[in-house]
Amino acid sequence: MEKQLTLLSIAMVLLPLLGAIIAGLFGKLIGRRMTHCVTVSLVGMSFLLACYLFKVIAIAGYPTLDVPFYTWAISGAFHFDVAFLIDRLAVVMAVIVTFVSLMVHIYTIGYMADDPGYQRFFSYVSLFTFAMLTLVFADNFFLMFFGWEGVGLVSYLLIGFWFKRESAVAGSLKAFLVNRVGDMGFILGMAAVFTYCDNLNYQYVFSHLNLILGQTINIAPGFSVSLVTLTCLLLFIGAMGKSAQIPLHVWLPESMEGPTPISALIHAATMVTAGIYMVARLSPLFEYSQVALSVILVLGATTCLFMGILAIFQQDIKRVIAYSTLSQLGYMAIALGASAYDAAIFHLMTHAFFKALLFLAAGSVIIALHHEQDMRKMGGLATLMPITYVTFVIGALALSAIPPFAGFYSKDVIIEAVHAAQLPGAGYAYFCAIAGAFITPLYIFRALFLTFHGKTRVEPALNGHVKESPWVVLLPLIGLAIPSLVAGEILIGPMLFSQQTLLGNSIFVLPAHNVLLALAKHFEGAKLMALEAGTSLPFWLAIAGIATAWFFNRGFPQYADVLKKRFHWFCVVMQNNYGFDEFNQRVFVQGTLRLGRFFYQISDLKFIDGIFVNGSGRLIRWLANQSRGMQTGFLYHYTFVMIGGLAVLLFWLLVGF
Amino acid sequence: MISLSQYLIVAAILFGLGIAGIILNRKNVIILLMSIELMLLAVNTNFIAFSHFMGNNVGEIFVFFILTVAAAEAAIGLAILVVLFRRLGNIEVEKLDLLKG
Repeated sequence: MEKQLTLLSIAMVLLPLLGAIIAGLFGKLIGRRMTHCVTVSLVGMSFLLACYLFKVIAIAGYPTLDVPFYTWAISGAFHFDVAFLIDRLAVVMAVIVTFVSLMVHIYTIGYMADDPGYQRFFSYVSLFTFAMLTLVFADNFFLMFFGWEGVGLVSYLLIGFWFKRESAVAGSLKAFLVNRVGDMGFILGMAAVFTYCDNLNYQYVFSHLNLILGQTINIAPGFSVSLVTLTCLLLFIGAMGKSAQIPLHVWLPESMEGPTPISALIHAATMVTAGIYMVARLSPLFEYSQVALSVILVLGATTCLFMGILAIFQQDIKRVIAYSTLSQLGYMAIALGASAYDAAIFHLMTHAFFKALLFLAAGSVIIALHHEQDMRKMGGLATLMPITYVTFVIGALALSAIPPFAGFYSKDVIIEAVHAAQLPGAGYAYFCAIAGAFITPLYIFRALFLTFHGKTRVEPALNGHVKESPWVVLLPLIGLAIPSLVAGEILIGPMLFSQQTLLGNSIFVLPAHNVLLALAKHFEGAKLMALEAGTSLPFWLAIAGIATAWFFNRGFPQYADVLKKRFHWFCVVMQNNYGFDEFNQRVFVQGTLRLGRFFYQISDLKFIDGIFVNGSGRLIRWLANQSRGMQTGFLYHYTFVMIGGLAVLLFWLLVGF
Repeated sequence: MISLSQYLIVAAILFGLGIAGIILNRKNVIILLMSIELMLLAVNTNFIAFSHFMGNNVGEIFVFFILTVAAAEAAIGLAILVVLFRRLGNIEVEKLDLLKG
């Protein structure tokens, strides 16, 4: 059984890689039709295998497997195995990843139909699936880092997929660079773990935590910090880069330059949740650092609220959803900070479904309008694209946490969990989460009203040509709409509040932090929770958000203009993204340039060129000029020197000194 | 009887004159050649003197070789001198400073 499961999991991870190789190397040879047939069927098989593993591990409760099957490198104490940890968390993630990936693969057939880079796109998407599954199944930090960089690379390639557009190239570069900042934290964190544990295997590290706990490390003379806190913070910097938490969030809005299926798969559903997954995976480590949890809590809360506010001011439909992704990632980080890891993964799952749905629905609109993304040029599409409209509404309701949609359960639990949490910063996080509950429906329904309702503002050239997308686009929409509707209701019980939760022993929570256990006492079933939503504050805030969105966009748009004039400065701040980009431009880009110029002028031109290169040349020339006087050209001078030398030599030989 | 040291003194004086001739002479390259000959002869004198006083005639054989080499050298030197005069038009040592740095 163990051998069989191992083989199945390896096959599950490698099938998308096979697809990527076939599509990438032989795509032109086998043609478009064959390319998508091969990749879709391979990812489909991968999805089925993930479901089987899910059934065996998560439902039937087969014990956790840690199977090394290849040793890549051994160097001293360093032992790098390619090995899988097949446990509950991994299989849950695998199902999410492969399902969304499959939907996106199918959707791509329609979305990229006319693109010259069709095969390349499929190759990248399959490669992404492989890298993400490696990340999820890795049993040690190092293999996780391999997957981590793999998804980063594919993300870069896909954001810059239309590499002839300057903005796409800039966006991909930005994403890549910002992610490197995070990676540096991750690598340092990994190094800290390795230094003290001599091993990077999760289970080894978790069972030898005493090597890390209670230790302090001197990071500056006279200033030492707790080792576990430092390690967790460094690792979380990695998570911040990948999961786009403030202040490393700046790349995510730019990543919208990529094709929409990618925004759905990578920059909403899976890759950006890698940081969340990583913290959940390392929960036994993070649990012991209150400081790190508090930092996660505060940063998550800040991201959650402030990025949500930004989403209200975007005109690009994809950017609205991108900022919404940031905000929702903030919710997940809040859950992590409150030690409600299961709730974070639960929200990750529901978010993957409804956010992928929203993106794909937005993509459906975008192709119908011939790659128009500006919401000011949309409107009135509801009757023209009914299925897209309905699925978008489902996604929007799920995102807004309206019962009984999936988002309601996950978000409500997070808000309750942070309410129950005792950590410093929990009050602030609770406030942000509550405020976010109002902001979320506001921006997504604003987008909904602008896109689908009201008078049409589409380009006159497109009038009469806007029609519903083909079935390959609609099928994934429907496929994602169903879990967005029901996943929360079905899974909240087994995932969070049962004796043996779905994630079970993959997650470790200290009893003192266990907020979910406290919540479980009040939990009496998903249906009752939905019915009782009327008594909770977030629900009414969500309704208020929808009403506000309607009021300003559909009901009385003139008041929006009044507000815009009154609070002009606020709009300016919003349009400049709180000045993060400006700040990065001024401080990091200009600062680096200035530093570089300083070093160019001083150390390169003055020291290296001036003193070392030209200086040594000048010195030799000066010496030569001085000594050339010795060379008179007169024979008798030379003879004189020679005789003198001979005399000295003789004197030395005969008399000695 | 003339003693060895007297021979050596004569040879040393001749050698010194040769050196002085090379160093002090500013006018004529021919005098340079002559000075070199003088130094060679001083050395020959030493050889002969040592050979005689040690009762060993190896020194005398050396002298024959040195005289031969000196003759050849004088021939080459004079040939160079002729070429030099043809090219530069003078043989003043003071003006031969093409190697000046």
